[in-house]
Amino acid sequence: MAISQRAARALLLGPAGLWYAGLLVLPLVVVLVYSFGERGAAGGYAPAFTFAQYANLGARWTAFQNTLLLAPAGTLAALLIAYPLAYFLAVRVRERWRTLLLVLVIVPFWTSILIRSYAWIFLLGGRGIPHLLAELGMGDIRLINTPFAVLVGIVYGYLPLMVFPIYVSLEKLDKRLLEAAGDLGAPPWRSFLQITLPLSLPGVATGSMLVFILLMGEYLIPQMLGGGKVFFVGNALVDLFLQSRNWAFGSAMSVTLVAVMLVTVTLYMRFLKRIGAARDDVGLM
Amino acid sequence: MKNDETPITRQKFMEELRRYQKGSVTRRHFLGVTGLGTAMAVLGGAMPMLHPGRALAGDIGDRVILATWPNYHDPENFEIFREQTGAAVQVNVFGSNEEMLAKLQAGGSGWDVFVPTNYTITTYVEADLIEPLDLSKLPNYDASAFEARFADAGTVGGKLYAVPKNWGTTGMSWDSSKAKAPFTSWKEFFDVTMGDFSGRTIVHDYQLTTIGNALKYFGYSFNSIDPKELADAEKLLIEVKPHLFAITSDYQPPMRNGDAWLTMCWTGEGKQMNRDMPEIQFALGKEGGEIWSDYYAVPKNAPHREAAYALINFLIDPQVNAREALAHGFPVADARVNALLPEELLNDPILHPAADLLDALEFGAAATLTDPNRAELMARFKSA
Repeated sequence: MAISQRAARALLLGPAGLWYAGLLVLPLVVVLVYSFGERGAAGGYAPAFTFAQYANLGARWTAFQNTLLLAPAGTLAALLIAYPLAYFLAVRVRERWRTLLLVLVIVPFWTSILIRSYAWIFLLGGRGIPHLLAELGMGDIRLINTPFAVLVGIVYGYLPLMVFPIYVSLEKLDKRLLEAAGDLGAPPWRSFLQITLPLSLPGVATGSMLVFILLMGEYLIPQMLGGGKVFFVGNALVDLFLQSRNWAFGSAMSVTLVAVMLVTVTLYMRFLKRIGAARDDVGLM
Repeated sequence: MKNDETPITRQKFMEELRRYQKGSVTRRHFLGVTGLGTAMAVLGGAMPMLHPGRALAGDIGDRVILATWPNYHDPENFEIFREQTGAAVQVNVFGSNEEMLAKLQAGGSGWDVFVPTNYTITTYVEADLIEPLDLSKLPNYDASAFEARFADAGTVGGKLYAVPKNWGTTGMSWDSSKAKAPFTSWKEFFDVTMGDFSGRTIVHDYQLTTIGNALKYFGYSFNSIDPKELADAEKLLIEVKPHLFAITSDYQPPMRNGDAWLTMCWTGEGKQMNRDMPEIQFALGKEGGEIWSDYYAVPKNAPHREAAYALINFLIDPQVNAREALAHGFPVADARVNALLPEELLNDPILHPAADLLDALEFGAAATLTDPNRAELMARFKSA
């Protein structure tokens, strides 16, 4: 039975379309409407039209600041650790070890991030690493409930998400290009910089984007390793909905977070495009 | 102390893990209470037809969901309840009344029983979130057994909405091996935090006590909603924040393992820590602070309403309640229970402070729960 082009399109896009309309677009509209409202008398939402919630955003500046510092820092740290690992796995490891090593990268995912974060509470707590450092004569070092602890937690938690896209782009790399570069007299560092690195950029871009976007909305790790002191926007949001019950302000903050994310992601895409264009120039040289 | 059918909470899991680390419980106990070693039993628990008590249970269903506070029950009692009725108790733990109110306001909490504090009950009644209790289903409740000041808040507009669970105070606990002198006031609490104890103090993730005790620093009322006084409290809290170890209502694990040395603390938890580690002491602030009474209440549209009443009735049975009190250490306002408790518990200086210290304390006021300024102050402090 043949179906028309139109029916095929409807069939292909229908499920996802309904899903996104009902569970993404509609809730976003509700959030947008609420963000112009007021806090109800006992908390919650009361209808109104005011910009007061947006005017009050400054009161959560620190949460935005923490997020906008630690999300990129976490992404960068994850990238710096993941790239050499992915390179090693894709280029240096012999075939028969590769699968095993790749599985080892995924193994942590077999346990919930919640449990793994608890492990970090013990490792970074007074009886963990700081105790060890004190024994080595490094003095009174506090790690748990600091921005550093949160950074460690997020890099640890998101590392595999960075490793895999980079691995895939390196693994696809046409090795003949490297041989050709060698034949033409390029030293290894040069062929890495001019061939391997540019060709792996799509993987870097995907991995960074995955990690960065998830980090912007992170809640659990700052909550557990920050002791309620290192607040991300996600934590401030949970607080507004589940403690101080100011849904209007919470909605305004959500809308702002979405806006900030759209802007940063757009800027990042542009930046990547420019690099991509530069790469093409390099290719022609 | 096995409790396979009750999913362990995050807090409880951590506490047990720390106990295990400290060596104060065996591996077998740890695996048992956390359910890690008894995965099969937990799986069995998910299948109601396997419960032995099911046939006797009548029709209260196979589960009841309880929203309560950390370290506030004897898990063994839940096990007995399950054996008697076939209903497994699922426990959700909360650290503030605000959090409980938010969940109920949002709707669909799924709770059958929860544990609100005295000052919140009028708000729940006004918002139509809880139901008047059907006393015919609570034969173990005897109004005459309760001291009035710990039971009054359960009655709103002549109707009984909540029955008393425990009462207590909010003071401070500290590690006396680290302190130069015992703590006696909220002034010392905050001043020492900004000095010797920098990075070692915990305040509750709870507006009433954290803001209230900061207000006491200045000698204001624990319940103040005066904007000028709140501004002073906020200034103090923001100044103290860099010196805090954490903002959390689950303070026992870090206190027990030595990461934290000083915390705002509810009586019974002060008692629990003092019992296990005598160097952790408890005191009230001489300026005053909070005296409170917690209650059992049933949310409107509780999914397992019959089981809710059965659980409350079970827990206020004097024998059961006495076991609860022995486990969690919080004082009980029920004379029938106190008659069963050992003398030393009733004369305990932590649980039953001297009358002059008690006189300075205030019950929380309903206005603090709904006041937008206190709510926003707390949220600003946390995200600062």
